[in-house]
Amino acid sequence: MSEKTMEEKVEQATNSKNVSLPMSRVRLIMKSSPDVSCINQDALFLTTKATELFVQHLALSSYKNGSGKETNTLSYSDLANAAEETETFQFLTDILPKKILARDYLKSLEEMKKDDDSL
Amino acid sequence: MAERPEDLNLPNAVITRIIKEASTCPLREARRAISQAASVFVLYATSCANNFAMKAKRKTLNAGDVMSAMEEMEFERFLQPLREALEAYKKGQKGKKEASEQKRKDKEKKSSSTDENDKSRDEEEDEHMDDEQEGENEGEEEDVEN
Repeated sequence: MSEKTMEEKVEQATNSKNVSLPMSRVRLIMKSSPDVSCINQDALFLTTKATELFVQHLALSSYKNGSGKETNTLSYSDLANAAEETETFQFLTDILPKKILARDYLKSLEEMKKDDDSL
Repeated sequence: MAERPEDLNLPNAVITRIIKEASTCPLREARRAISQAASVFVLYATSCANNFAMKAKRKTLNAGDVMSAMEEMEFERFLQPLREALEAYKKGQKGKKEASEQKRKDKEKKSSSTDENDKSRDEEEDEHMDDEQEGENEGEEEDVEN
C-alpha cells in the first residue's frame, strides 16, 4: 500500500460530516474533569472530532516511525516510541510507558536501594 | 460520574475502525493503548479549554475554547479540518431543526383541517334534522284536511 493512498484515506475520513465516536461517552469523560460545569454542544462535537483526528494522527505517526511496516501491523512499542520521541505526544508518556524486562526493573530497583544505603 | 474505569474508555470497535482508516492492522495491545490515549487526550483538551473559559470568566465551554486548546497543545494541524467539520455539523443541525419545525407545522395544519371537517359534518346533520321535521309537519296538515 503506497503512502499516498493512506494519506488520501485519512483525508477522506477527516472530511466526513459525522463523527464515529459516541458524543455521550466523550461528554462523560469531559464531565469527570474537575471545575467543568457546562459544555456547549459545538464544543462537545469539536472535542469528539479532534479525538478522532488525534487517534488517526497517533496511529499514522507511530506506524511510519515504527518497525511494523514490513508486517503491516501496529504494535504497542511503536506507540511507546512515538510518545517518547514526538513532542506533541509527550503527555502520553505516563500512560504509554516503554516496556522493560522484569529483571532489568528489579536490577534498577536494587541499584537505587544501594544508592540510598550509601547515603 | 462513571462507576467503572472502563466507562471512561471509548468503544474499542470504533477506535479500531478509525485506526484502520489511517493505517493498517493494530495489534490488540496497541488498540487498547490508543483507546486509553484517546481518553487522556479528551481530558487534557477539556482541561486546557476550561482554562480559556475561566480566563474569560465563563462557566460554559464553547467551541472557541476547544480551538484555543488545540493550539495550546500544539495540534494546529487539526484547526482547519475542525473548522470545516464544525461548519458541516452546524449546517446539519440547522437542517434538522428546520425539518422538525416543518413537521410541527404540518401537524398543526392537519389537526386544524380535521376540526373543519367535523364542523361541516355537524352542519349537514342539522340540515337533515330540519328536513325530517318539515316532512312530519306536512303529514299532520294532510290529516287535518281529511
